[in-house]
Amino acid sequence: MSIFINKDTKVITQGITGKTGQFHTEKCQEYANGKACFVAGVNPKKAGESIFNIPIYASVKDAAKATGATVSVIYVPPAGAAAAIWEAVEADLDLAICITEGIPIRDMLEVRNKMKAKEAAGGKKTLLLGPNCPGLITPDEIKIGIMPGHIHKKGRIGVVSRSGTLTYEAVAQLTEIGLGQSSAVGIGGDPINGLKHIDVMKAFNDDPDTDAVIMIGEIGGPDEAEAARWCKANMKKPIVGFIAGVTAPAGKRMGHAGALISGGGDTAEAKLAVMEECGFKVTRNPSEMGKLLKAML
Amino acid sequence: MKIHEYQGKEILRQFGVPVPRGIAAFTVQEAVEAAQKLGGPVWVVKAQIHAGGRGKGGGVKVAKTIEQVRELAGQILGMQLKTHQTGPEGQKVRRLYIEDGADIQKEYYLSVVTDRASQKVAFIASSEGGMDIEEVAHKTPEKIAKVFVDPNVGFTDAQGQEIARGVAMPADSQAQFIDVCRKLYKCYMDTDASLVEINPLNRDSKGNIIALDAKFNFDDNAMFRHPEITALRDLDEEDPAEIEASKFDLAYISLDGNIGCLVNGAGLAMATMDTIKLFGAEPANFLDVGGGATPEKVTEAFKIMLRNPKVKAILVNIFGGIMRCDTIATGIIAACKATNLNVPLIVRMKGTNEELGKKLLADSGLPIISVDTMADAAQASVKAVTK
Repeated sequence: MSIFINKDTKVITQGITGKTGQFHTEKCQEYANGKACFVAGVNPKKAGESIFNIPIYASVKDAAKATGATVSVIYVPPAGAAAAIWEAVEADLDLAICITEGIPIRDMLEVRNKMKAKEAAGGKKTLLLGPNCPGLITPDEIKIGIMPGHIHKKGRIGVVSRSGTLTYEAVAQLTEIGLGQSSAVGIGGDPINGLKHIDVMKAFNDDPDTDAVIMIGEIGGPDEAEAARWCKANMKKPIVGFIAGVTAPAGKRMGHAGALISGGGDTAEAKLAVMEECGFKVTRNPSEMGKLLKAML
Repeated sequence: MKIHEYQGKEILRQFGVPVPRGIAAFTVQEAVEAAQKLGGPVWVVKAQIHAGGRGKGGGVKVAKTIEQVRELAGQILGMQLKTHQTGPEGQKVRRLYIEDGADIQKEYYLSVVTDRASQKVAFIASSEGGMDIEEVAHKTPEKIAKVFVDPNVGFTDAQGQEIARGVAMPADSQAQFIDVCRKLYKCYMDTDASLVEINPLNRDSKGNIIALDAKFNFDDNAMFRHPEITALRDLDEEDPAEIEASKFDLAYISLDGNIGCLVNGAGLAMATMDTIKLFGAEPANFLDVGGGATPEKVTEAFKIMLRNPKVKAILVNIFGGIMRCDTIATGIIAACKATNLNVPLIVRMKGTNEELGKKLLADSGLPIISVDTMADAAQASVKAVTK
């Protein structure tokens, strides 16, 4: 098993005809069961056409109805990305994965609150992964997003991180010492996002095919500490934790929109301390994440 | 993006939030003319820099005569103003704001910010205005009122009353205070701000509410739809290296150490900096080249790092995912040649076509130290700068 997606998942690509969408759709098709998984694209101006043998529909609703797809991946440019997320939610999909970087925070605030209002009114809950994330992968089954597929190996370790390349770093370390991954999840570097560390940790905890988890965070926001506290009370599996940004100065946006120290609680040191308190095996040397995890098994 | 107080007050004015009359001045003569135009009898001469804590640093002074305005403007303009936010070298004052003196009766704190945990717009208010709010929150948390606004519902009267109660606003000023909150909310949303802070918000002896300071931060992601705000950017307040880097779509931040870092991805870039510190040295910068580390971008990144005279070694840490390591190696070799690199270069490449990339570096004849892990790269860099 795995979390959120597997080889039978059917995926709609929003923004499939753009440069980024095209590039990564081909790579996703090439990976494992990708050809069977990526079943539809969306572009209202190109409905009825196809690209890489994937039919294009006018809307997510049409695409979902025609193909039975339950997941979408979004490469739509920043100005229209929040609207694309909402379109996936209105189509009652299970999961929308938004890769787009640079979406205005106000747009994300509005769409997140609309999603919550829909759920509160009894509507179908659509999970959101991202935005500004690499996506997620279940090795040897399906890859949805922009991560390099070949560094992964099928196995029983979960990885969750806000950062793309730092996720790859952890995955490569695991693969190198023979530990495969059940799923690797990039939740994204934006301050207003969908799934958080805590949600992914819950999913890994419930997944019978995940034995241990590497949880990677960075400066800014309360999410890692919240996840750590939940793990202390509930998590049954060993966790290795790392937080990037011990050397980051306060008040500066470190690349990611969400990587900004604005108060005492969101420094790397503060988060590392909470994680340690909550029973994580914490490291300050990110080159050791894989080795440390292996020692805990 | 940040702006000056006088620019922030102009925005508040446009949204109907009361602020004192004031005129910006770039020279002592302009300051005097501004004071004459305002008419007195009391003026405040305020240094305009982006950092906070200007008052404590000696950048905000009250004048009671035109001559005093001239004298204070002369003192403040051009000074290196040091505050807790500027660092020890301070920030040069190039602009002043000459403002009507205020009738200060009671100072409050009021700010609007995006709250990550609740994913709502938070109002933070306190009866303890004019102080450092973090300190108030720490020492007397009961004096802080917080209200969370759902952007799809908007700011409600009930929320306004809750904030007014939270700061114990006297009855005769409540309606005005709530009106200020409502206008501030509209201002926050309409300008795509990420922070609006008024500290202090003053209640004068007649019960009128007026904003005596204005600090704005804006969401960089949304500035494409606000040319009017982008136009307020003051490049003098920004690090020249950061400005140069942004032209090439590189995320760069200057730091105090001596090991230059070039990394792809923000998280990996921070992790690389942290590893340098772990092994006993300090990074000279944060630099994320992004997903497309082309030879041109790598060359520009090298140039920017090398402009910093403190840099004694460069560490390149690239995880080649979609971008292949051989392409990156070609970029690094081109950058070495274009910049006549004369400091040790440590390269760690991982991922697609790693072996081919390493071979290119080895065959280049350049004195590049090629290593396998981030920790090895940090150790080699630390060794290079400490020997």
